[in-house]
Parts: sequence; C-alpha cells; structure tokens
Amino acid sequence: MDLFYNIIIDPFAQMAQAPDLLAQTLWEGLVGGMLYALIALGFVLIFKASGVFNFAQGIMVVFAALTLVGLHTAGVPAFLALGLTIVVMFVLAWTIERVVLRPLVNQPDIILFMATFGITYFLIGFGEFVFGGDPKIMITEALYLPKGSITYKAFGGVVSLQRLDIVAVIVASIMVAGLGVFFSKTRIGRALRAVADSHSAALSVGISLDQIWVIVWFAAGLVALVTGIFWGARSDVSFALDVIALKALPVLILGGFTSIPGAIVGGLIIGIGEKLGEFYWGPLIGGGTDAWFAYVIALVFLLFRPQGLFGEKIIERV
Amino acid sequence: MFYREAGQFKISYASDQAVFPILQDRIGIFIILAIAFVVIPLTGNDFIINAVMIPFLIFSLAAIGLNLLTGYTGQLSLGTGAFMGVGAYACYKLTTIFPGVNIIFWVIASGFFSAAAGVVFGLPSLRIKGFYLAIATLAAQFFLEWCFIRIPWLYNYNVSAAIEVPQRELFGIIVTGPRASAETRYYIVLSIVVVMTWIASNLVHGRIGRAWMAVRDMDIAAELMGIRLLPTKLLAFAVSSFYCGVAGALLVFLWYGGAESTVFAINESFTILFMIIIGGLGSLLGAFLGAGLIYILPIILRFVPPELGLPLHAATVEHLTFMITGALIILFLIAEPAGLARLWQIGKQKLRVWPFPY
Repeated sequence: MDLFYNIIIDPFAQMAQAPDLLAQTLWEGLVGGMLYALIALGFVLIFKASGVFNFAQGIMVVFAALTLVGLHTAGVPAFLALGLTIVVMFVLAWTIERVVLRPLVNQPDIILFMATFGITYFLIGFGEFVFGGDPKIMITEALYLPKGSITYKAFGGVVSLQRLDIVAVIVASIMVAGLGVFFSKTRIGRALRAVADSHSAALSVGISLDQIWVIVWFAAGLVALVTGIFWGARSDVSFALDVIALKALPVLILGGFTSIPGAIVGGLIIGIGEKLGEFYWGPLIGGGTDAWFAYVIALVFLLFRPQGLFGEKIIERV
Repeated sequence: MFYREAGQFKISYASDQAVFPILQDRIGIFIILAIAFVVIPLTGNDFIINAVMIPFLIFSLAAIGLNLLTGYTGQLSLGTGAFMGVGAYACYKLTTIFPGVNIIFWVIASGFFSAAAGVVFGLPSLRIKGFYLAIATLAAQFFLEWCFIRIPWLYNYNVSAAIEVPQRELFGIIVTGPRASAETRYYIVLSIVVVMTWIASNLVHGRIGRAWMAVRDMDIAAELMGIRLLPTKLLAFAVSSFYCGVAGALLVFLWYGGAESTVFAINESFTILFMIIIGGLGSLLGAFLGAGLIYILPIILRFVPPELGLPLHAATVEHLTFMITGALIILFLIAEPAGLARLWQIGKQKLRVWPFPY
C-alpha cells in the first residue's frame, strides 16, 4: 500500500504543492526535447528522401560543432568559421554521396544502415584526429548568443529560464517552419518528396537522384550544425555526446520515421516525459532513469504502434 | 593443385554431411588446433598469451554469439555488450554465493541468465524487424547498464561499484584472480571457445540453423513453409545471448580480473557488431577473422609505426583506429558484403585451380 501511494499519489501531490517546480521541470524537458527533436529531424530528412536510416546524424551534430569551435580556436573569426563549417558540411554530404551511397545503391536497407555505422566511426576518428579529443567549449559569446537567465515570479514561486534556451527554442521553431515551407512549396522540396515516394518514378520525370541526395544530406548537415551550436552551449563539445545523440532514435519510433511534425512531437514527449519521470518517480528506484526511460517508452510503443504516432502504415509486400 | 578434393569419395551419408568434407581442411584445422593448444603456450611470452590470444578468443566467442543472431537469423542487435554484462555479473553473484562450486561450471551457467535476458528483450522481434528491432535492443543495452550501476546487490555492495574476481582453484591449480598464471587461463578460455564453436557449428548446420537462415532470407516464406517464427527467433536470441553471456563471464573472470559497468557499455556492442560485419555475416570463420582484425589492428598500430621510426601518440593511435575501422566497414560493405570469410573462400578456390586460371 505504501508503494502504491509512492507511485500513484505522492508524485502528483508534489506537483500540486509546488507548481513552480513543476513548471521549471516542464521547461527543462521542453528544451531537452527540442534538441532531441532537432537530431530526429535530421534523421527524418534523410530517411524521407533516400530511405537510408542515418545512424551518423548524432555524430554529424558533434562533428559540426567541433569543426566550428576548432576553426575559431585556430584563429578564424566566428562568423567566417560558421560559413566555413557550412562549406565543410556540404563537402561531407557530397563525399558521403559519392563514396558511400552511390556504390551501395539498390543494396538492402540494413546494409546501408550498417554503412552509416562506418561513417559514424570514421567521423569520430577524423574529428578527434584533426581537432583533438579533449572537450571544448562552444563559442557562444563570439556568435552573440545571449547568456544568463530570466526569472519569473509565477505559480507562487520562481521559475528561471536560460536566455540561451529561449533562443534555442525560437531558432528551432523557425527552422522547422522553414523546412516545412521548403518541403511543400519549393521546386527542390517537391522533388525531394517525389524521390521519397518512388525512386524510379522520380528518375523517369527527370529528377537527378544524386543531386537530391547531396541536397538532403547537406540539409541534414545544416540541421546538425544548428543543433550542435545549441547543444554545445549547454554542455561541452566532445564525442561523449554521442550517447545522448542516440536518444533521437526512440524519438523517431515515437513520432514515425517519415514525419517532420512527428519528430517534433516525439522529441517533446520524450524530453518532458524523461524529465518528469526522473524528477518525480526516479528517486523511488534509485535515480538516473533518464538513461533508459526513452528507450523503454519506445519499446512499449513499438509493441502497439510500430509505425509511430504520425508515420505511414508499414505495408509489407511479398 | 595443392588443394584438391580429387579422389576423395563420399561413401556414406555421414561423410557427405561432414563439416569439413575435404581432407586438406581436416588437416588444416588439426594444425590450427595443434598450434593453439601446444605451440602458443610453449613458445609465446606472457604478452602474446595474455594481451593478444586470450582477448582474441573471448571476443571471437562473443562475435560467434552475435553472428548466430544477426548473421544467421537476420535480427540486428545492439545489446551485445549488455548481454555480456549479464553473464559477467551472474557469474560473479553465483561464485560469491556458492564459492565451493567449480568456477567453470558457473561460467557456463551464467550463460543461461544471459539467455533469459535475451529472450525477454527478444520478444518484440516478432512484431518488428530491421532497425526498429535494433532500437528495441538499445533499450536492453541502456536498461541493463543502468541495472549494473544502480542495483548494488549485483556487485555485493562494494564501495568501488565494481566486481572483483575472487581467487578460485580447480584441482589445486589457481584458475582466476590475480595469481592465476596466463597459461592456465589461456587453456581454459581456449577449451571453452573450441567446444562452443563446435556446438555452434553443429547448430547452424542442422535443422535449427536451417530454420534460422530461412527466417533471415524471408520470414514470410519461412512461415509458409511451417517454421514457427516466434520460437525460432526467440531460440536465436537465447542461444546468441548464451554465447555472449559466457564470453562476458570469461572476459571478466579470465582476462580483466575485475570490471565496472562501463566495460559493457554501448561501444562494446558496436565493436562486436563491427567484428561480424568485417569478418562476414553468417559465418563462424568470419567471427574469428573479424575479431582478429578488429582486436589486433590497434595493437599493430601501437607497435609497428614506432619500429618504422614514426612515433605516434596513444591518442592518435586511438583516433586512427576509429578512422580505419570506419573506413574498413564501408569498404567491406561495398566491395565484399560477405566479409573476410568470403575472401577466404575465393582464395581457396584460387588454390584449388592453381596454376590454371579456372
């Protein structure tokens, strides 16, 4: 009965008693979820356009951030470094298309998935080889990102919001909206959706697959760069982040592999659920639950709705 | 010319079904076993035995385990590290609760605990497959890793939160713990690996292995042929985790001598997966070749460049290892998706027809 009380009633009583704490936890979860969603967005872009499940997206985030910081430390002015990083991400997209994807055309999906493991390991080694393996600090000041926090008096207590987090949420929203417009209104966006529907039909109306793949990997690279900047600002920039980057996978399961809104909603659910679970229920079983909470949610979800919240129904043809 | 089966007639079903139907293969395997059992312990120094051979054999065993699941049954798993951990922690608990029982028995028995964990996390495999399943096994990896840290009962409430291998004797010889000699541990690891490889070979060549391969090649067709999917997949998960669990117990008890939960982190899962991709999916020989390449590559990188007058930093070696591993994976997937094992087969065919081109 005591256990029952601890699990079912006590956490909600705590929430009701201290709404400011609840609001703070929700905000933390929202920001964390937004960053998960951004990584998941990179996955979805590539999966939609090429059917490749890009395991390396998380590493691309770290690689982009590392390139930016590495260039700046080498003496390049911040915004020039930002431009150069974008160029680097383009070169990376082009190289991956040439070296990895083109020779593996028509291979089973699982082979391509494993090839992205190869990309992951190569990028980890390459990034550390060039920029060194020690954790770095993101150049927030040079990029004129605000710091400090705003505190509100609300809910009978104090809620403090990091300025950086507010900017992150705004930028992420703009980017998602931008990508939505890009996908639905522009010529390239329509071509991308055509490729996602059917490779051969897209080829037959004159869409160049090679070009589309470079574009989509480059777009994923840009998303990775933005994610890397905000994530790097919250913690150090190092490849230790890759474990956190794996969190984007359960987000995808939740939201569906092919849906951009799904990635966002999934990210928010995982981010907020993880924080609430850790804060209110975690102490009951020893804490540290955010290491696996997202995966177990995804596992349960897989059993009942494998295509995710917004995904297209998986139809298997023989 | 050197390798030809001419004149070797199969006159019974047993000889037709033999794993090594050709005399040269049998001689070859005999020579390899003789080298492993006699030559290496006699001639090898402590470094060769302790730092190269023992881990190589243990990783090969884990790679065989994963290959049974991923290579033969087609179920991609990223939870290998955690299943190895279950074996190691189970063995530690068993031998500290029952110190009098033969340690080898506990090492094998711990495999069953790991198999049980594998079955539980393999349950979703009926509904999902491919990378969906890979993510489900990630849940196993992170959840079990969390258990290794947060449940102090598993490491007997040690202050260090690590398991330390107690000294155990077998027929008066010290087998585990810091005072056990490298040769003793080598012989035990080698014997277990040889026996388990033999069992695995029989499994994959028999009815069970054929059912696994049918599921891998096309699960719907396999189902239509009367293979029940859930028991087949769960058996693959159980056997695979059993092998990984034994490998994990060996890793801690006969090599490291003590371990924290970080030993069984996600990177361990990836390393084993890379071994079977490079070695060859669906090949027992491939598990050994892949484990050899992935494990010995860093050692070569550490010791060869200084000999050539190119001193490399330890950190640089690590980065280079990552880069080369990544590049090798992509290279193998493009050039030879069947891995090193397939290259070996091609080489055998070349030897067979030499000196003629075909």
